[in-house]
Amino acid sequence: MSEPLLDVEDLRTTFHTPRGDVHAVDGVSLRLEAGRTLGVVGESGSGKSVLGRTVMGLVSSGPGVTVSGRVSLAGQDVHALAPAERRRLWGPRVAMVFQDPMTSLNPVKRVGRHIDEVLRLHLRLGRREARERTVGLLRQVGIPEPERRAGQYPHELSGGMRQRVVIAAALACGPDLLIADEPTTALDVTVQRQILDLVASLSRRSGMAVVLISHDLAAVGGRADRVAVMYGGRLVESAPTSRVFGAPRHPYTGALLASAPRLSAAPHSRLPTIEGRPPDPADPPPGCRFAPRCPRAEAVCRGGAPPLLDLAPVGGHPHEVACRLPLEAESTEVGHGR
Amino acid sequence: MRRAARALGELAAVLFLVSLGVFLLVTAMPGDPAVMVLGEGHPPEAYDEVRSELGLDRPVFEQYLDWLASAVTGDLGTSLVPPQHEVAERLLLALPVSLQLAAMALVIALAVAIPLAMWSAHHEGGRIDRAVSAGTFGVLSVPPFLAGLLLIMVFAGGLGWFPRAEWARLGDGLAANLHHALLPALTIALMELAQFTRVLRNDLTVTLREDHILASRARGRSPVRVLVSDALRPSSFSLVTLLGLSVGRLIGSTVVVEYLFSLPGVGSLVVGAANQGDVPTVQGAVLAIAVFYVLANAAIDLSYRALDPRIRRSHV
Repeated sequence: MSEPLLDVEDLRTTFHTPRGDVHAVDGVSLRLEAGRTLGVVGESGSGKSVLGRTVMGLVSSGPGVTVSGRVSLAGQDVHALAPAERRRLWGPRVAMVFQDPMTSLNPVKRVGRHIDEVLRLHLRLGRREARERTVGLLRQVGIPEPERRAGQYPHELSGGMRQRVVIAAALACGPDLLIADEPTTALDVTVQRQILDLVASLSRRSGMAVVLISHDLAAVGGRADRVAVMYGGRLVESAPTSRVFGAPRHPYTGALLASAPRLSAAPHSRLPTIEGRPPDPADPPPGCRFAPRCPRAEAVCRGGAPPLLDLAPVGGHPHEVACRLPLEAESTEVGHGR
Repeated sequence: MRRAARALGELAAVLFLVSLGVFLLVTAMPGDPAVMVLGEGHPPEAYDEVRSELGLDRPVFEQYLDWLASAVTGDLGTSLVPPQHEVAERLLLALPVSLQLAAMALVIALAVAIPLAMWSAHHEGGRIDRAVSAGTFGVLSVPPFLAGLLLIMVFAGGLGWFPRAEWARLGDGLAANLHHALLPALTIALMELAQFTRVLRNDLTVTLREDHILASRARGRSPVRVLVSDALRPSSFSLVTLLGLSVGRLIGSTVVVEYLFSLPGVGSLVVGAANQGDVPTVQGAVLAIAVFYVLANAAIDLSYRALDPRIRRSHV
């Protein structure tokens, strides 16, 4: 295995709030090779967005925040860099797409300028060149009449179009890694698919690695090589996509899959749900974070945090699970909670 | 085009009402103009004669139409007090002084407030932010007459850096003119400056929390660039609104400051004329101030459109 593009080791992001320390990211390790796509799945509050921002270095140690661990991006230790050097990575090395395209574009700035200024900042392009490149980028992300659109303001574009603009701005300097933080959550279902397909095709064409963050397992499903499941600031399972869907080993992953609606289910049948509430990040339960909601939990689960262990057969792709009582390898029908 | 025509129509209507208000208010001022002209102790017939000479024996509405008709042509009548100058002529001498003071005050206030607000917002909650907040609050609680007195005492009196109770027109040379105008302009600017800083700082802190700012940072733009070219414009709407309101306060401060520094501006003109019961001069000067106020606010309404593309094409 070659040197991975992204190597995250025991990353911890702690916010110091008046209520106490919030461990938003609590010891996450992951690797991603160039050109691959990693899906990060978890419910709201599981720390996936903070993970994305900390990996990029947008969240770093400062007043009220402590970051520990290591993020290595193309061999550079992101959090050891001076702020100005780190900024030089943002655009040419790593870029981010945010959740809500309605708010992630500046309302008083023309669409084209969002892209223009990145090109001029990082690639030192001239005004004319930057404008031409901008129009090309807008065309590349599937915006019709790119010359005209570049001169319009964000409020004149639909949500899907705006997200395409955001993606174009992120891709402008040809990053090695794109972190897409819930890129489709704020969009119509039909548009969601188009945007995800767009990201996938751009990744394929340019060999760009993608971290696709979502609360929606299904959205990540067909588009990620590996899926990492987060719960309460920790990774609970990380495996090739087919393994996560076909043979989940962590009870939480199993419960998530079981609670997804299926077309084959009888009409009006009740969806299985996960009982209880997500853990309070300021006061997490001891041991396994999922134990209070887990139907399989026993005393041992409440003892200490379960380590993330590779359960894959020798020679296979790693299938890491943080559970003391993992599901059987072949079992899929689990986590109904009753 | 049609919107522009409508805006102009509205502006004309407002100016008409303003002129009516000015005329009626000043007419209702206590004191008899005839007594002002002749002095006391004359036979009643003499006063009647003066009144009919001034047209004061006619119905008020007729007087107003007369006054308005000549005001439109630039004739604001003559002063009642000797030497009986043309009101328009005196205004033309006084207006540049006041306008220069107000304009300089605005420029000083904005030139200090914008960077100060950005600096403060960038360090939200930090020591700098708290110091700026305390400082501006302190300045806000010092009225112009007091600030002016203090500035005169320190810079014109103690240090002797600036002249006092003198004015140099632009014709006397730009340097001399600015030297004379700086201290009074600064006096007027102080309160505006504090107000502007606080409002802009607050709006900036809200804008800086928005997603598009984070997105811009994530594209590698430096904090200064993010502040100046991403955050400032969408944060400036309240400041612009405040600018419109501050024009009114500016006029008030200018009157006080001109009096304090004995400068020959419109403020001094109004105060002097009002004390002497010089009705035409007061009417002319107040009309000039009111027109200035209305026009300044119309200009500010227009600037919203320039600042915010979202209201440009929407319907009014």
